[in-house]
Amino acid sequence: MLLFLMRRLMQGLIVMFVISIISFSIQDNLGDPLRELVGQSVSEAERQKLRDEIGLNDPFLVQYSRFLGNALQGDLGQSYFFKEPALDVIFAKMPATLELVFAATLIIILVSIPAGVYCAIRPDSWGTKLILGFSILGISVPVFLTAIFSIYLFSIELGWLPSYGRGETTSVFGLWESGLFTRDGLLHLILPAISLASIMLPLFIRLIRSEMTEVLHTEYVKFAKAKGLKKVRIYFLHALKNTMLPVITVGGVQIGTMVAYTILTETVFQWPGMGFLFLEAVNRVDTPLIVAYLIVVGGVFVVVNTLVDLLYGLVNPTVRLARTAQ
Amino acid sequence: MSLLEVEGLRIEFPSRHGTAVAVKGVSFTVEKGEILGLVGESGAGKSTVGNAVIDLLSAPGVIAGGNIKLDNQTISGLHGEAMRKIRGRRIGFIFQDPMTSLNPLLTIETQMVETIMVNLDLDKAAAFEKAIELLESVGIPEPAIRIKQYPHQFSGGMRQRVVIAIALSGDPELIIADEPTTALDVSIQNQILELIRELCKKRQVGCLFVTHDMGVIANVTDRVAVMYMGDLVELGTTEQILCRPEHPYTQSLISAVPRTDVKLHRFPSVEYIEKAEGHQIDVKNHWLGEQEVFGNPSGDVLLKVKDVDLRFETQSAFFKKNRRYVQASNKVSFDVRPGETFGLVGESGSGKSTIARVIAGLYPPDAGSIEFAGQDITRLTEKERKPFRRQIQMVFQNPYSSMNARMTVRDIIAEPIRFHDLAESERQVNQIVSDLLDHVGLGRASGVKYPHEFSGGQRQRISIARALATRPRFLICDEPTSALDVSVQAQILNLLKDLQEELGLTMLFISHDLPVILQMCDRIGVMKMGSLVETGDTDRIFSDPQHEYTQHLISMMPRVENLSHEGLEIEAQVAHV
Repeated sequence: MLLFLMRRLMQGLIVMFVISIISFSIQDNLGDPLRELVGQSVSEAERQKLRDEIGLNDPFLVQYSRFLGNALQGDLGQSYFFKEPALDVIFAKMPATLELVFAATLIIILVSIPAGVYCAIRPDSWGTKLILGFSILGISVPVFLTAIFSIYLFSIELGWLPSYGRGETTSVFGLWESGLFTRDGLLHLILPAISLASIMLPLFIRLIRSEMTEVLHTEYVKFAKAKGLKKVRIYFLHALKNTMLPVITVGGVQIGTMVAYTILTETVFQWPGMGFLFLEAVNRVDTPLIVAYLIVVGGVFVVVNTLVDLLYGLVNPTVRLARTAQ
Repeated sequence: MSLLEVEGLRIEFPSRHGTAVAVKGVSFTVEKGEILGLVGESGAGKSTVGNAVIDLLSAPGVIAGGNIKLDNQTISGLHGEAMRKIRGRRIGFIFQDPMTSLNPLLTIETQMVETIMVNLDLDKAAAFEKAIELLESVGIPEPAIRIKQYPHQFSGGMRQRVVIAIALSGDPELIIADEPTTALDVSIQNQILELIRELCKKRQVGCLFVTHDMGVIANVTDRVAVMYMGDLVELGTTEQILCRPEHPYTQSLISAVPRTDVKLHRFPSVEYIEKAEGHQIDVKNHWLGEQEVFGNPSGDVLLKVKDVDLRFETQSAFFKKNRRYVQASNKVSFDVRPGETFGLVGESGSGKSTIARVIAGLYPPDAGSIEFAGQDITRLTEKERKPFRRQIQMVFQNPYSSMNARMTVRDIIAEPIRFHDLAESERQVNQIVSDLLDHVGLGRASGVKYPHEFSGGQRQRISIARALATRPRFLICDEPTSALDVSVQAQILNLLKDLQEELGLTMLFISHDLPVILQMCDRIGVMKMGSLVETGDTDRIFSDPQHEYTQHLISMMPRVENLSHEGLEIEAQVAHV
């Protein structure tokens, strides 16, 4: 177990290192940060001086090693726009994004498992055809369209739900701005969470359906029937547990991907999260913030995948963690 | 009144292309405390009958006629909740493969207690006690500890005991056992058969025992029903079926079972199986018969295996002392003489296949050497090994996975000829492949087909043709017939014998099946846990085994013909047909 975590940590560091190189090396192509930093009235000579001061004229390796040295001490640079440490800016926006992803994940779990299981148990029913038809639709419609359409329907026409922002938030231990504890915050969460979930939902329904269909043909399910067990127990204990193994693995990767997808959702709903922040940073050529964002998202990926592997080991007794580390 | 009465049972599988009839009006009975064997080859419909009794036919199978009565109550046509109350409670089921019939993610406790709770209406604590009791009765040591474990922590034999315990847990009146020992080693098979027999007699439980194995039938059943292509062709006492079979199919089936008493020159040819096509060619004057001089031809040892050691890492670790290994081969030494068949026999995991792979150059050994025709071939570069690869060819166990499904049979066989540049022109390659197909009994026309269009036995013929295509001197056969039906097995073994005679092949023949080894091999090596415990002439090993393990193996061997001497005469007669 300890060995497994240590290995994971090593792998994570390597991944982070690679991400830092990639994200750092693209910053030159993003545009001139000086344009946003200073006004139009500043002369070219002064601009050059400023460039020298921030170190933009140094060779790439010098810049990178300076960045890496600072990064190892927990400093990913100063945001040009906010004039604050980039990490602090990101961490201030992180709760909004994580809550959005959490809510979307919850929706996916609560909808895809029953729907997938239903499709596997009743492959020829009308319900199954309906679910699969909708999932095709879900895959083919882009997320911003779903979002805009749902705003039109639920906010403008029906007026049931707010269309933008996080609403009222409360502070948890002074560290985390949460929208989960107020009615207003929850109402604001519904539409963004549904449209974020809509990208992954069809994939999971189809994955669970096909895995479950396969599991239902295994010998141990046949044996469970021969033992005289009730159907509910066969489906929801014997079959579902085995179905979830590959779903967990895929799920880990997809949750990471969802953090990245929030850029679209947050933009449409003006959700004050990391994705929205990132888009603004790109527009402002706020390179330290862009680099910091990419590294933080990479870190989230690594953490989520490690947690998923731990979870997998808990569900599957044949995998001992020390062995999977091979 | 019998416990189970099956009358005129007809099972159909309707499909778009018409209706396939899997079982055509089968009738039999099972009494209390009796074991009825249902025997037949693959596709005969025997498992379908077992599944139909408890409504577990795989879709789209339906019972189209006849009826099934359990204790005078009609149970055919029951579905859903009504059938669920019969399953487990009145009819227990044992499946073929204990590795797949237990849920890998649930403990033995969960899987047993849930069954007992639902079938006997007990609470959890009482069910747990009953589960411990059952595990004890099927011979699992320390049941209180073992019950907390997961299936993968049990060996195959132990798992099958658990499956039997679960099948018995609802105190059923009838047990249906579908090939319960086919996936097990011979010594474990014996224990499980004894257990089933003892439990049936003691508890007065009836048993429908589905199998393809005549040796198992001889050991365990009271009466036998023989099925062929969905028909029940013969029903009688075990003694009568094995010794005085009346139906010609039964006769040919029994004659195809490898004898355990005398070595025959060839297996008696049997009717009622797929016919070989194409005509035999004169191999001696053919390209295939041209032997080139290779290595040192005058030696009386073609292959010398000397002190071969090989271990596999089962647990890797940073520090050496924490690594775990399994010794797959431990100082194994033997010689194979030119023209003979050397048999390697042993149970699963004994290292037989490992040795074959070391000889073929697929695994490098940790220590020891392999000499072929006087040359050390243990550590050669791929380029140096190429001529030896041509000389040593392999026929693998599973004909379903050892061929590229996207290549035609012609290309599969031609590939080694082209790779080794053996033919002068593409036209000659085609000619050779056609002749080979004819000679192994497939017919040249079958070259354009793909592997999935053939049955298991036909595929094994393709494997043999492919192995012969490089004109090898040495053929390694790794369990070549263990995936095949007994009648097809007889054909394939005959083919191998003929080819060996015609081409002067030397063979290393690997099998866990002692009767097959007896029929095929001149000399035998017995393997156990990676070590070669005994080597000797086949006759000597079978008549006078020296090592304790060999004696144990031979005593476990299922025997068909020791029921009575009359049987031998019938077999001999059939052999002449």
